[in-house]
Order: sequence, then structure tokens, then C-alpha cells
Amino acid sequence: MAEITAETHQSQPRQPSPGRMPRNWSEIGSRLVPGLAVVTAMIFGAVFMVAAATDWAAARAAFSADGVGGFISEVRPGIGRAGIAYGALFEGAAGLGYVNPSSIRAETFYVTLLPLGERSLVFIPRNLIDTIVRTIPFILAGLAVALGFKCGLFNIGAEGQLYAGGLLAALIGFHPAFRGLPSLIHIPLAVAAGIAGGLLWGAIPGFLKARTGAHEVINTIMMNYIAIRLADWLIKSREPVIMLDTTASVPRTPFVAQSAMYPYLANTSLHFGLFVALAAVWLVWWFLYRTTLGFEIRTVGANPSAARYAGMSVSRSVVLAMALSGGLAGLAGAGEVLGVQHNLSPGFFAGVGFDSIAIALLAKTNPFAVVPAALLWGGLINGAGLMQVRADLSIDVVKIIQAFIVMFIAADQIVRALWRIRARRRGEEVVFARGWS
Amino acid sequence: MSPRPLRLTRLHVFAALFVLLGLALLWWAPGAFEADTISRLNFGLGRDAPGWGAPTRLTLQVIGGLYLASGLLALVNRWPRVSLAALVLSGLLIFPAVLIGAAAGKQTNVLTMLAESLRLATPIVIGATAGIWAERTGIINIAIEGMMLAGACFGFTSLFFLEPIMPGATNLVLLISVLVAVVFGGLMALLHAWLSIRFNVNQVVSGTVINILAIGLTSFVRREWLLSTRAGRITLPNIAIPGLVDIPVIGDVLFNNKPIFYMMFVLLILTHVILFYTPFGLRMRAVGEHPEAADTVGVNVFFMRYLNTTISGMIAGLGGAWFSLETVGGFDDVMTGGRGFIALAAMIFGKWTPFGAFGGGLLFGFADALGTRFQILNVPVPPQWLQMLPFLTTMVVLAGLVGRATAPAAEGIPYEKQ
Amino acid sequence: MAEPAATPAAEPVLEVIGITKRFPGVLANNDIHFTLTRGQIHCMLGENGAGKTTLMNIIYGLYQPDAGEIRMNGRPVMIHSANDAIRLGIGMVHQHFMLVPQLTVTENIILGNEVTQGPFLDRRKAAAQILALSERFGLEIDPEARVGELPVGARQRVEIVKALYRQASILILDEPTAVLTPQEAEDLFKVMHALVEQGVSIVFITHKLKEVLAVADQITVLRNGEVAGVVAPEEASEASLAALMVGRAVILQVEKAAAHPGEPVLSVEELRVTDERGHTAVNGISFEARAGEILGVAGVQGNGQTELVRAITGLMHPLSGRILIAGQDVSTATPRQITELGVAHIPEDREADGLVKPYPVVDNIILNSYYRPPFARGIVMNEAEAVKQATEVVERFDVRTPSIYAEVGTLSGGNKQKIIAGREFSRPIKLLVAAQPTRGLDVGSIEFIHKQIVAQRDQGVAVLLVSAELDEIMALSDRIAVMYRGQIIDVLPAAQADRETLGLLMAGVHPAQD
Repeated sequence: MAEITAETHQSQPRQPSPGRMPRNWSEIGSRLVPGLAVVTAMIFGAVFMVAAATDWAAARAAFSADGVGGFISEVRPGIGRAGIAYGALFEGAAGLGYVNPSSIRAETFYVTLLPLGERSLVFIPRNLIDTIVRTIPFILAGLAVALGFKCGLFNIGAEGQLYAGGLLAALIGFHPAFRGLPSLIHIPLAVAAGIAGGLLWGAIPGFLKARTGAHEVINTIMMNYIAIRLADWLIKSREPVIMLDTTASVPRTPFVAQSAMYPYLANTSLHFGLFVALAAVWLVWWFLYRTTLGFEIRTVGANPSAARYAGMSVSRSVVLAMALSGGLAGLAGAGEVLGVQHNLSPGFFAGVGFDSIAIALLAKTNPFAVVPAALLWGGLINGAGLMQVRADLSIDVVKIIQAFIVMFIAADQIVRALWRIRARRRGEEVVFARGWS
Repeated sequence: MSPRPLRLTRLHVFAALFVLLGLALLWWAPGAFEADTISRLNFGLGRDAPGWGAPTRLTLQVIGGLYLASGLLALVNRWPRVSLAALVLSGLLIFPAVLIGAAAGKQTNVLTMLAESLRLATPIVIGATAGIWAERTGIINIAIEGMMLAGACFGFTSLFFLEPIMPGATNLVLLISVLVAVVFGGLMALLHAWLSIRFNVNQVVSGTVINILAIGLTSFVRREWLLSTRAGRITLPNIAIPGLVDIPVIGDVLFNNKPIFYMMFVLLILTHVILFYTPFGLRMRAVGEHPEAADTVGVNVFFMRYLNTTISGMIAGLGGAWFSLETVGGFDDVMTGGRGFIALAAMIFGKWTPFGAFGGGLLFGFADALGTRFQILNVPVPPQWLQMLPFLTTMVVLAGLVGRATAPAAEGIPYEKQ
Repeated sequence: MAEPAATPAAEPVLEVIGITKRFPGVLANNDIHFTLTRGQIHCMLGENGAGKTTLMNIIYGLYQPDAGEIRMNGRPVMIHSANDAIRLGIGMVHQHFMLVPQLTVTENIILGNEVTQGPFLDRRKAAAQILALSERFGLEIDPEARVGELPVGARQRVEIVKALYRQASILILDEPTAVLTPQEAEDLFKVMHALVEQGVSIVFITHKLKEVLAVADQITVLRNGEVAGVVAPEEASEASLAALMVGRAVILQVEKAAAHPGEPVLSVEELRVTDERGHTAVNGISFEARAGEILGVAGVQGNGQTELVRAITGLMHPLSGRILIAGQDVSTATPRQITELGVAHIPEDREADGLVKPYPVVDNIILNSYYRPPFARGIVMNEAEAVKQATEVVERFDVRTPSIYAEVGTLSGGNKQKIIAGREFSRPIKLLVAAQPTRGLDVGSIEFIHKQIVAQRDQGVAVLLVSAELDEIMALSDRIAVMYRGQIIDVLPAAQADRETLGLLMAGVHPAQD
């Protein structure tokens, strides 16, 4: 059985942290490893940007004509484009930009922080808010995967669970039978349906794992594909019409009723789901570290045979962890339907599954650390649009950066070697997942 | 002797399922088909092809009865060996049953159906073979999908750029492109090996990294360089094997195919022979089962694992070329569509042996082919349901078999030398 | 193959000079010297953790020393890998066999040094070579058998043939008798003498004093990674060797009063259990353990003891038969139900079953009572109570840990076992199932654990002690049951049990019947 690891009990808050200041680079650096992993990944991403932005035929011609100098002069605009790309990525993500205010669209509200001649340092709240809105599902889906990891289970099925949750939430949201319900009932009902959908979708692979030993990695992936096909059919089917809005020009479900929508906060696109997500973070932490069920799940994750010896039911923990993990993902799906999109179209959740794995790894399965990790993801994805416009680079470069982030988090020795930080202590480790049997 | 508790085993679950399925068939068939409806199964093309007209209702009822009987037999729990064999046998009958049901009142060519299954099984079987190479030395490779994707993308990229440069030499360009696919699959695998051997990264996580990276990288490459009106639409040519192609009935089906299809068989035989009949294969198996033992007799565990994981990726890269170079003649985002993961299920199904994996791959290929066949026969089933078939098959097969298949003992455990 | 011993005089074939090896936090070998002469059986004696295995792994090229030199036949040699060692004619039989269970005997032996015909393995030729070897040295093995299906004794022979196949002239045997009955050990000694006669030199590693005196030509005693003494067997006695090994006089006997057995607490009736592969491991066992007595279960490892313990503690379900604890049928009970009846279990594999290594001490101490008041109410856990309990156990059982929040994985074996004992003994119990409770521990911890077990007995607990160490069984038990091939071949009062009788019983020979 394979086990891998990162900090486990470091993340357990009851351990008193030493109250002294870190003394040297290695010590400070150790705490910065996740941040440095992100920076390193961005540097690697820049290489791809330069590669894409450079006219290699011209560069080759310049190299044969003028040698290295000529080559560099051809590559330089590419480097410039990478710079522009990251500037735009940051501006799109955090709202802080160094731009000519007249280039900002008239209807966009912004604050000039520091006028610097023609260009100014501006803050565009809208961008930051959009990033936070993007972050909400990542928090929940990241938590879902992290919870699975705590039990030694690798839930690659968040995407399918999001569909299961989103479909049911949408159904409760738009179905005529539920129209006219007060929000206080309609919203919880739709949310509960979303959780139930995810719960079921997660519990099936959990049950198969506990009962037959079939590996959850393969089964959750299969459940993803099944969910995608199922959503596709439910939403697109015309004979009979099941969840299709026949009046729409694109295949999607009807809009959910006003009474089922998450309320917006202060007239922005920020919605109630933010509080749901933050509450879930605390709840998951409390569940894992303060309840007997959480203790069982963590023990099964850390050492299943010791769990069995201690009288715990390994199968029950596995099913429970997978179900709760699925439920969290289902909640994420419901939130997107009820808070952002207000309907569901096929393909809407594509890629969220892998994103949530990355977030859980980045957070080293710590529920609280999921929040900043998800914020980073939300920022990267929200900023990518502006990056594409400004630097004319495919948004897929963000996926490459994300892959490198996960890689450097998983193999933090690479980061430590690059940034000259001492090797990690043995024992600073957590179980992530296991082999086939 | 105290009574044993009634424990629900996997066998019982399956047996109950079979009983239900049998009852469903028996109940549904008489209502759905007239007594004189015939499903005609042909073996070959044309009017005079040999064939068999099966009375639809009767055949389905017989099969339903078999399901019921084998399920009940297993539930009685008396003769475990007999009932297991009966379960497996009637389990396999699901395919003819579905086919006969679908072809009610029509005719369908079984032979092309089988050929199509084989063809669709190709990437799965190649992927499973790739899996065997890595996993037999103790490296879990869930990144087959990503390696295939990389192979598919870069193989096509090579075709895309070389084709205008070398006009006229299409076959050479295609050959180079397949090699490029193989190399890029190998490179991805090398990264996987490096992460899991050098850094002891959990192999499932490392594999996921490769999968994410492959998705990002290939869609980036496609968006930046491959979007063009100049669509290649060239694919690897059919090669008729002289002599064999003239064998009646099966000759044209089996021996007039494309190169990667043939490579599947070559790889299967090669893998089997290397694994079980050469010193290298003996060392592979030893490293996967008990690396310390191999190390103490001077087998270099790290080298074996690096090498075999890379070979695994190269094979997966070839499987990727099947998508872009042999079948489609282009590259689409995530075009492997989960076949790499299904390949792993086929590998587990085959208990980490090449020919077992071939059987598993064939099963999934058949499930895939059934979808197309249904559409041809105009069976009123939503296409999305048919597309679910391979995935559902995977889950059922895994639930039914994985417990009895034991993975190489050292799999997923980083080898640490003091 | 080795030359016949031409010069019987003390011709050194292997010299170890000043070897030092440091692991993080441990000085495993400190300036070790020792000399092996041709045709000698050289015993390397020492406690667990004295550095014997480390030294042998250095000689075999698996570890690199931090300082020191190895010479063979007078010439300095560099041994960087097992390959180098094999090339120099060093063979090693590891304590944990280095055999691949899924492969056949032939495949295991030729691995890394294959007999081929063209590019293919030549299994037939290899098997013939192996048979020739096995006949020459009187080591009976079947080349076609799958190693996983062989008994331990046969596996050991495979290991020895494996070394001889590689033309070893120096053979290192690491704790070879740990898995053998006394009689099988005798057979091994015969083989060793046969090997020596053919010119092989042997390093024999053990911690069993009697064996040393029986076979050694020369004895090197290691203690705490240093050479504590080099003695000839004629000049040594068990007591003097024990003192050298431990550094003080050892009380070989555990002090205990006579037992006052009460009511039966555990009764096992016609129990049959299969192992994980479905083979019958426990084959129709019946016995009783009474309150206030220690019932020792002796037997060579792998004769069904593991499965017996797992069935009693609910970790495996029996195929047939009954297990009664305090009058209740627990044949199909869960581990939790059994624990709640007042059963304590010190598991055989403490690292795998008994502890969660990444957890802090406190969580390990409440590992099987976390769900009960006062540690939890409903599903909400009460941390303060856990901390209180942990602090108490750590103090009472003298667990050496930096804090109750320290990860258990970082503690020593003795402290780990004290945590398990502390956890199990700090609630009211009626039955204690202790499997290999002192395996791999240092002498101090062994004494501590033994005293605790006897103390439990004196409080009226029924103790089922399963151990492969005959000395431990004899020292602690009031009655001794001997297991052989899944059956209890006899139960004797401790007073009537001597080594020879037990040894024969462990080998399946019943003196009364012969």
C-alpha cells in the first residue's frame, strides 16, 4: 500500500506552536515553500508564454544573421509579452493595475490609487469580487478532495459530484412544483438537494471501495464520465424534454426561480455562497478534529489496520468520507447554480475536478489552508481572461501553471533545492492516497 | 458449531443482480417482441453471407432463464466452483443478448461488429500493456491517459509541421510523427518516474500531476500552434498483409488494417515473452514484488523502475498516436476521453498479464462498438446512454474482479536504500 | 565454489577494521574490529539494536560506512553494492528473507545471475545446477516450488543455496534460528558444519546464548554499536556472555508468585480459522485461559498463532468453532464488542496494528476509547480528558517522550510498546492477549513489560501470552500450550516443561506418543 505524505499534525491546531521568531533562511523558507512553489511555477509558465509569443522563424533568421544578439532581440518581445501577461493576470485577479485610466471601460467603477502621469495605479473592485465569486466553488470542491485525502482516499470525482449536485439543485430551483415557495424554504431545499446529489455520487465509489475493494480513483473517474453524459442527456434531451429550456438558443436548463437564488451581497455579484463556503471550512475542520467520526476517518487514513484494531469500522469511514466529500462537491455545484449561473448547461463544470485536487494538495489537506489555495485558483482563472485579451495568449497557459504548482507542491524537494532551503524533516508527513489494493 | 453470520459477499451481490436481470429479461421479452420476430446475425457482408436467424423472443428468454438459474445457483452457495463458472458464462452472454435484442426484425453483421470491437480496443489494450510495464516494476501509472494525450498531440504536431516541409513523403512523415508521439509519451513518463522515484512523491498524485499537465500543455499547444485552416486529415494507411488477407471471412477483417492495430498484437506478444521468458522480465517481476530481494542480488531497482516507466510511457504514446494519427488525422482537446483510465481497468481485469489485459480491452472495445451498432440499427436509446456503456462496464468489472486480482506487492511503495 | 580448506591455520579471510556508521541520531557502529578466519564459524552476539545487522549490511555493501576499512585475504576492498559483495564471494542470508514469494525457487536463486539460452531464461539448466548444489551440501529443496508456498525452514535453505549458487566463500547468517524449532536449528548447525568442511567461512549472528556456545569457533560480542569483547567459546559461559552483551548481570528469571487460577475467562472450542489466502491456519483448537493465570502459547512462527490471536480479538472471523469470553460467544463479534467485554490486546505487529505513527502520543492513548465518556459525548470529543489520561499514562508507564504531543513514530520501540501497554492496562480488563510483546525491544523494556504482564495476572486478569521466544514463554507462563501446524499439540504446566520437551513439541513430535 502506498502512502504519501506532507504535514499532518502540523495542521492540527491543538499543537502549541513555538512562539519564537524563525532564525534563518531555511526556517523562514520552509514556511514559504507553498508560496515559492507558486512563484517557481509562474517562472516555468513564463517559458511557455515566451515560446508562444516569439516568432521562431524570425528568431532563427536573426540568429544566423546577427548571432546571439539578433536572437535575443527577436525573443525580447516575447519576454515583454510574458510581462504584460502576468501584469494583466494580476490585474484581472486582484483588481490592482498600472494602466491608462481612459482605457478602462466607462461603466466600470475604479479607484485611482496613485496617478503616475499618463498611467495610474488603479484598483478595480469588480475584478477582485469576481475572483472571490470564482473562489467559492473551489473552496468547497477543494475541501471535498481534502476530506477524502484525510481518509486516504483520492477523490478524482469532484467534477461528477458537482454535476450531480448542480443538476438536483437546478431541478428543485426551476421545477414548477416548487415555485412560489418562500426563499427561506426554497433555498435550503435546493441546497439540500445539491448536497444529496453529490453525496450519492460520492457514496457509490465509496461503497464499491469498502465492499469490493475496487479502487476509488478509477471509479470516481468513471462516475465523472457518467455524470457528464447524464447531464448532457438530461439537459439536451428533446424527446422527452427533461431539463431543457426549450425557449433558449443554447442547451441549458430553465432559470431557477427568484426564490431559490442565493441573495447577492451589497449589490455586487458576490453572493451568499461565500458564507456557506466559509462555514463549511470551519465545519469540516471541527468535524475532522473535534468529533469521533472525524477521528475515525483520520485514523483510517493514517493506518487502516490500526483503525481496525481499535474497533473502528473501516468500511463505514470510507463510505462516510466519500459521501461527505461528494456532498461538499455537490454543495459547490448547487452554489454555482443558485448563486452565479442560475441555470445549468452541459460542460459547465469541466475541469473543476482536477482543479480541486490541486487546491487540496496545495493546502496540504488542511481545511483552513484550502481558502487561500482556492483564492489563488480563483484569481488565476479570473485573471486569465484579461491576460488573453492583453497579451494574446491562450488561457490554457494557466492550466500549465496550475500543473506546475501541483507538481512543485507534491515534490517540494525541487522547490527546496531551487531556493536553497534545507530538506524537510522526516515525519512532517500526511497520507494522501494508496495503491490498488 | 455455531451458525455462521450471513455475510454479504461480492458473489451474493452479483448473484442477486443476475436473478433480477434474468427475471427482467423473462418478463420484458414476451411483451417487447412478437413470437415470430427474427434477429439475423450475419458473418460477413452481402446477401449470401453465412448467418443465423435467431428467434428474438425465444433466445432472450433462454438467456434470461440462464441468468436466473446461475444467479439462484450462486445464492444457494452449494457448489462454489460450478456456480462461479455459470455466473461468468451467463455474464458473457450479456453481449449476444443485447445484440439480439437490438437487431430484432433486422440483420446485423457480427463480423464487422467484432472487427470494430477489436479496432476500438486498440488504444485500451495498448494502454493496458503500457500499464503492465510500469506496474510490474512497482510504479503505479494512472497517468496513461496523460501520456496518451501527449503522444496524440505531439504526434499530430509533428505531422502538422513536417507535412508542408516534406511534400510527397507522406509515409515517412507519418512514421516520424508516430515516433515523435512515442518519444513524448516517454518524456511524460520520465517526469512521472523522476517525481515518484527521485522525490518519493505519491505515485497516484504524481500521475495526476502528469494528467493535469498533459491537458494544459496539449490544449495550449493546440490553441497556439495547431489552429489553422490547413487541416491535415491524413491518417496512417491501411496495410493489407499479403497472403493472410485472402483468408475467407476473417482475412479482410483482421489483416487489412492500420499499423498501430497490428502493433497492438506485436506488443502483446513481445510483452508476454519478455515478462515471462527473459532475464529482464524476471528482474522486472522481482523488482515489482520485492525490491529489496532484487537489490540484494545486484539488480538495480532504480534503474529498472526508470527504464520500465519510460518504456510504459513510450507505449502509451503509441496508443496516443492511434487517436490522432491512425483514426482522426487531427487533434482535439482531451481527445483520449478517458481511454487511458479504462486501460488501467483492463490491466487490473487481466491481472497484470498481457493477454488478460487483451481480454479486458476487448470487453471495453465491445461495449464501445455496441454504441455505434445501436445507432446503425436505429435502436431508440439516447446516444449518451450508449456512451456511458464502457464506463459502466469498467465499474461493474472492477467491482466484480479487483478483489481477486492481486497487484504486484511493492506497487506504489517508494524504494528507499539507506 | 570455495576451495577445500588447505590451511587449517588461522588465515584471515575477512577483516573489519575500525568501521563506524552513523544514522540520524544513532551511532550504529563505533570503531568495530573483527576478524574472520578461513573455515571458521564466527558468532556475532548482541542484543537487538546492538549494531549487528548494520555491520553485516556494511560488509554486504548495502550500507556505506562513515569510517573504517574492510580487507579480504589481506587486501583492502571497497564494497559499494551487493554486486561487489557477491563478486568478492560474500553471501548473506537476511533475517527477513530476501526471496520473492511469487517466484519459484529456481527463479529466486538465479535472479540477477540468470542462466540463459540466447535471450531467454534456461530454467531447466538452472534447475539442474541448483539440484546439484543442494545435493552436494545436503540442502533439500524443490527447484520448481513457488517460494510463497514453502515453510520457513525450506525458505532458509533456498537462501543458503542462493548464496552458494553465487559461489560464496563467506556466508553471513543473520539470526537464522529465530524462525526455527530447536530441532530445526540443530539441522541448520549440521549444514553449517558441512559448509565449513568444504572451506566456507561463516558469520553467525544471534542473540541466543545457548546456540553460540554450541556452534561457535570464536565469539564477538557487540553492545551499543561497539565491540564489548572477543572470546573463545571454551572460556565463556552463558552468564559471562549475557553480562558482556547487556553490560550488567541480567536476571534471566522473572520474579513471580505462584498463580491462583480462578474461573475460565476465555474458552476456545474446536476453533478453525483460515488465513488471508484461504488456507487453514488454525485447525480445531480447544483450550481455556483462567483468571489469574498466564497461559503461554509456544510454537515456531507461522503455525497459526497469528490467526488464533486475530480470531480471539475479532480481527478475523473463524470458519467454525466457538470463542467464549466471560461466558459470551464472541465468535462473530466485532473488535469493538470484544474490547468492551474487557479484553486488552497487545498486537503482534505494534507498528502496523497497535499505533498510528503520525499521531501524537495523546491520540494513540485514546485510540480505542476515544468514543466513550469521558473522552467523548455523542460524537463530540473532549480534548482535556484525553490530555489528562495521556499525561497520567505517560507518567505511570515511564514513557520517555518529549511531550504528549510528540509523534509516536519518532519514539523508540520500547516507548512505543509502553504506550500500547499503558493504553490497554489503564482500563478495567478481564483478559489480556499479548502477542510477541517484547519482540525487538531492549532488555530494560523487556523487563518492564514482563513485570506489567505479571502484575496484570496478579490482579486476576487471564493472560494469553503468544511468543516465539521460548525463554519468554518459560519465564512467564503458568501453563504452556504448544502450537504446531494449526493445532495445540499439548498443554503442560510450566513446572513440567523443559526446553527439550517443548522443542520436540514445537517440531510436532509428541514424546508421549512415540
